[in-house]
Amino acid sequence: MSGQAKKKIVKEIKVDVEKCIGCRACEVACSGFHASPKYSSFNPARSRIRVVLDLPSDVYVPLRAGEYTAAECTGRQTFRINGKNYSECSFCPASCPSRDLFKEPDSGLPLKCDMCEDEKIPMCVQVCRPGALTYEEREEERDDEPTPGEVEIGLQALLHRHGAQKVKDTFARLSQGE
Amino acid sequence: MRYAETGFDLEVDLTRGNIERVATAPELTALHLGGEGAAAKELWDRVPPEVDPFSPRNLLIFSAGLLHGTPVPGANRTCVSTISPQTNLYVTSGFTGFFGPELKHAGYDRIIIRGKSPSPVYLHIRNDKVELRDATHLVGKSALETSALIKDEMKEAKLQVAAIGLAGENRVCQATIDHANTSASRGVGVVMGDKGLKAIAVRGTKDINVARPAELFERCNAMYQEIYDNPRCGDAFLSEADDSWQVKNIAAAGGALGGVKGFWTKELQDEWTVRVESEHMHFQWENYSQQMEEVHETVVDESKRLRGTGCFNCTKNCHEAVYLPGQRQYFLKSYSKLAYATAAYADLKINYDVLFGMQEYGLDESATLQAVSFALELRQAGILTDAELPDFPADGPGRCGYLLEKIATRQGIGDALADGVHLAAARIGKGAEAFDRSVKKIEQLPLNEEQLDYPHFLMYATGAKMGITQIEGSFPQFPIADKQQRAAFVAAWDAAPERFKIWFLEWEPGAQLPVEAAVDIADWNEAMHSADDAIGICPLLSSFRGQFGGRPPYHLHNLPAFITLATGLELDAEGLLEIAKRNRLLVRAINARRGVTRGDEQAPAGLYGKGEPETEQRLLDAYYAFRGWNGDGVPSAETLDGLGLRYVREDLAQRGILK
Ligand code: SF4
Ligand code: SF4
Ligand code: SF4
Repeated sequence: MSGQAKKKIVKEIKVDVEKCIGCRACEVACSGFHASPKYSSFNPARSRIRVVLDLPSDVYVPLRAGEYTAAECTGRQTFRINGKNYSECSFCPASCPSRDLFKEPDSGLPLKCDMCEDEKIPMCVQVCRPGALTYEEREEERDDEPTPGEVEIGLQALLHRHGAQKVKDTFARLSQGE
Repeated sequence: MRYAETGFDLEVDLTRGNIERVATAPELTALHLGGEGAAAKELWDRVPPEVDPFSPRNLLIFSAGLLHGTPVPGANRTCVSTISPQTNLYVTSGFTGFFGPELKHAGYDRIIIRGKSPSPVYLHIRNDKVELRDATHLVGKSALETSALIKDEMKEAKLQVAAIGLAGENRVCQATIDHANTSASRGVGVVMGDKGLKAIAVRGTKDINVARPAELFERCNAMYQEIYDNPRCGDAFLSEADDSWQVKNIAAAGGALGGVKGFWTKELQDEWTVRVESEHMHFQWENYSQQMEEVHETVVDESKRLRGTGCFNCTKNCHEAVYLPGQRQYFLKSYSKLAYATAAYADLKINYDVLFGMQEYGLDESATLQAVSFALELRQAGILTDAELPDFPADGPGRCGYLLEKIATRQGIGDALADGVHLAAARIGKGAEAFDRSVKKIEQLPLNEEQLDYPHFLMYATGAKMGITQIEGSFPQFPIADKQQRAAFVAAWDAAPERFKIWFLEWEPGAQLPVEAAVDIADWNEAMHSADDAIGICPLLSSFRGQFGGRPPYHLHNLPAFITLATGLELDAEGLLEIAKRNRLLVRAINARRGVTRGDEQAPAGLYGKGEPETEQRLLDAYYAFRGWNGDGVPSAETLDGLGLRYVREDLAQRGILK
């Protein structure tokens, strides 16, 4: 890691929970964007954004997938905001063993928002017409840190789950087959 | 690979507890698309007229639409189809929300339920894992509570639940099936209750594939915007500035309840507020002395609109979440406000209370309020007395609450009322029949019109969906007086085939439409609903929303492209109409087989001024001829054969219905 200060574009999605109508269009669009080929299949369960919904309590929180975590938090926290109760993990974006949010439904591999890489405006923002999600870019001075790619995140999860030896063996076996 | 659809039905036999995943024939998609159309085909094939609606052999079908699970915005309306115990005829109703798309992601296009469970159960679906679970602990709970309890029990907040309330359990004909903030009406809940099925809870995590990804998504992305910007779609009633038309023209139950007709004012509309002032009394120490002081305080609590909420993948916000005084939160289903206008009370809190009561019991707002006002009219006429209505409250709201409870629990007079107004009138006798305004034994939207309106009459009398609000919507209800505005309307009217534009241009206020136009309009209106219900598009974005402003986001001329891009099925406007025609013929044939005749095709009593029986018959003749039916209203052999329904023709001939 270099530790050198660098100018960096920070992409930001602003969330206004008051404007969210709970339509989950963001989930649909995100899952389609990441299908291959693009938009060939749809599945909100694969989306990297999920709307935490509790209708009777009027709770609507669009939440984007953050880092993978190997272990769940020790202890929980709950929030009460303007008279509304938010469940323990409502605002936590982690792909975490305590819940099935932000995991590929089949493999269980973690999902993480990639800000739709090449797209000018992230897809979830594009389809969110009620304006709960808006997009901003700004410049910031930052320490230059390498960001782990998708393969790295996936591998990390496999390492946590199965241990290094098993992953190594499987890798060796599979690459021989190729 | 099958696009847009899963290619599987879930067959559930409640008697034996048997569950099967059954592959469906791909050819059927080209013939019926899916949704309600596919359900009608199942009902034709598997529920012959000998089967009583309360028989275990009756089917209850939950259909996701063909486009559910694709990115097509607003494709989320689930259809529930069965044979109605109230009418002994085909019934289909639907709810929007999230259920259909979730079902598709679980890997099924439909759930087909047969048999009866010996004890209350609910169906839990998680992809390939499907089980019937005990529902004894859910008995008597409202649909919303049931949904919350099941989510808790299964530790899965993302379950989508459709459930019945107390009314459905008690086999009340006005029972709804509720899901999230919406419900299916016209009595489908009674069959679910009869089958002992309290709820269905589904969670799906599978992909839905589409045929032409990039093109489809581009269109969908533009459609989100179109729907969001279009003021004429969604529950326009909810945001409309002036409801005086509805309040004036819909026979208000409020009249019979002692409510005020024509109470609607602009100020009321703007505020739509419930304010409760209550006296609170408490004690406090007076000046640190030993004296306790009594303190009286007026506490004001006001209703608040929390937010408008949408359905799956739709940018409209038809469902108002409101806070009511007394720590209560409440969802207005879309079009609740119509029922609200029907209840028509000057005191708005009562209207909410009435709606809330119906939602808690799982009662259909429209049919139930009609049963309530029917009972009150009978009491006024001396047909119902204190003997049938013991301890009847003196005030309107009290009476409404009293009757709702009786109906939902089928106690006392409620037992007759819970069979629907028509059968109740027959059971009560003593001239009660004169107060019945049903058509084909089912309650109708109680409009009061000055004169016979040709398309209205035809839709009331012949409608496959048995309710005018499920049929009307593509052709405007009223002409435009100003010629320039009229021309501008037509110029922008992409939804309409050319001939409708000409009829509309020539339509002057106060004038009747020509008969040939009226039959075509009634047909087109119904066809568009049929198309929506096959693909699962919300009618508030499509078939119901052309009548005001003429610019529904979806219509005859753009729907086919969405279907083609999603499914790979080549389809144009003509093809879509042909499929709708086929599906509607099946419904017609099911009902003909169950005994509907020309004599049943009437206007509700009191729909319009002085009766014009001859004109009505002339209209029916013209409509039957237009649809390719014989003089009895049965589809002719050529019509059936022409749409590939030879098997229907043969069956009808064998039964002597088609001569
Ligand atoms: S698209 Fe926007 S409004 Fe809809 S659920 Fe997502 S964040 Fe909420
Ligand atoms: S920014 Fe892109 S990847 Fe991230 S949640 Fe939105 S759509 Fe998904
Ligand atoms: S138009 Fe309204 S009722 Fe229809 S799907 Fe959209 S939000 Fe739901």
